[in-house]
Amino acid sequence: MKLLTHNMLSSNIKGVTNGFPLKIEAEKIIERPVEINPVFLKNMFAKLEWKPLVEASRTMGFSELPEDVPDMSVLDSDEFLQKFHHALLEIHLEEGALVCPETGRKFPVQKGIPNMMLHEDEV
Amino acid sequence: MPSMIAQIRLVSSHPEVYEPCEDSFALVDALLADRSKLLEHQPALCLEIGCGSGYVITSLALILGHAESGAYYMATDINPYAIQVTSETLEAHGVYAELIRTNIASGLEGRLDGLVDVIVCNPPYVPTPEDEVGRDGIASSWAGGENGRRVIDKILPIADNLLSEKGWLYMVLLAENNPSEVCLQMREKGFASRIVVQRSTEEETLHIVKFWRDPDIQIENNESRSKNRNGNTKASESFFTQMSRLSFWKRDSEQ
Ligand SMILES: C[S@@+](CC[C@H](N)C(=O)[O-])C[C@H]1O[C@@H](n2cnc3c(N)ncnc32)[C@H](O)[C@@H]1O
Repeated sequence: MKLLTHNMLSSNIKGVTNGFPLKIEAEKIIERPVEINPVFLKNMFAKLEWKPLVEASRTMGFSELPEDVPDMSVLDSDEFLQKFHHALLEIHLEEGALVCPETGRKFPVQKGIPNMMLHEDEV
Repeated sequence: MPSMIAQIRLVSSHPEVYEPCEDSFALVDALLADRSKLLEHQPALCLEIGCGSGYVITSLALILGHAESGAYYMATDINPYAIQVTSETLEAHGVYAELIRTNIASGLEGRLDGLVDVIVCNPPYVPTPEDEVGRDGIASSWAGGENGRRVIDKILPIADNLLSEKGWLYMVLLAENNPSEVCLQMREKGFASRIVVQRSTEEETLHIVKFWRDPDIQIENNESRSKNRNGNTKASESFFTQMSRLSFWKRDSEQ
């Protein structure tokens, strides 16, 4: 699971009002190089929640993203784009869990695949 | 490019996972028929609901291939074996999609609302007794309950939420699912529709229907809603509106 996906996932348990962002418990992290695409990154920037991305990438061992929501103009900086690209697309949570911020319920991530299936009493 | 799709190999299979069939091929043919429109569309986020073997999402990723703008692919399935087979199919063809085991798009709804530019879906559409829907294993790949609509009718409002302003939905529908009624339902949510591929086999007549948001329909809906509020009930709906409803199913518009 890439951090872009993490940025799009929230706890879907019935009754939970504040299910985003899910906390990451990392057991195994892997990195896979991906070709950088500045057009894609610029496009995606507007769709992201910045702070959850910073927090998630820190949990995954990468602390080089600026803490505060950067101004759109950073998207012209190659250095920024590299870091943004790395955090968003190259770091994978391979084994671990995503934790509901409200209930503590863990959604397992195995072989890079988050399991968001709910139990009967959670729907 | 079509030849690349024709070469999609099933590198992996599992007795509990739906193997690509006529419906899967028809859906991919619809995507191929729309290839230049899809490239122009420049979707940033694409989602498949119910990816099974991965045949469709792999094809979509190959079709959009080296689109300059780049796209991010996600796919869901409730069946863990389907997720596994999909991941192997993707890898064998050198493409990538993020896979999530979930019911329809549960866990993505909310955050992903209004962000998805293309959704593709070959749902469980076969009319079956209600209690066959949502069982474990291979049955859940086809069992669709009454008129085959049980899962389809859950997917439609979710797709409406997830799709961006410019978003497109491609869905497989069987004649028994009453596609024109599905289109009417979607029309009430502001969507226009078009049959991209229609194909009859010995057993079934398949439609691949494309849906997109149409500002004219949205305006029309708002107008008729406010009319209704002013006491003009459904019964007094003009003959004209009914006519346009009957003709929209055949109308070929821009998308
Ligand atoms: C007809 S098969 C299509 C598989 C593949 N997309 C294809 O076209 O060959 C339907 C798929 O949807 C999955 N499915 C059924 N119900 C679902 C649900 N509620 N949420 C997610 N996936 C579901 C099934 O497991 C199956 O893989």
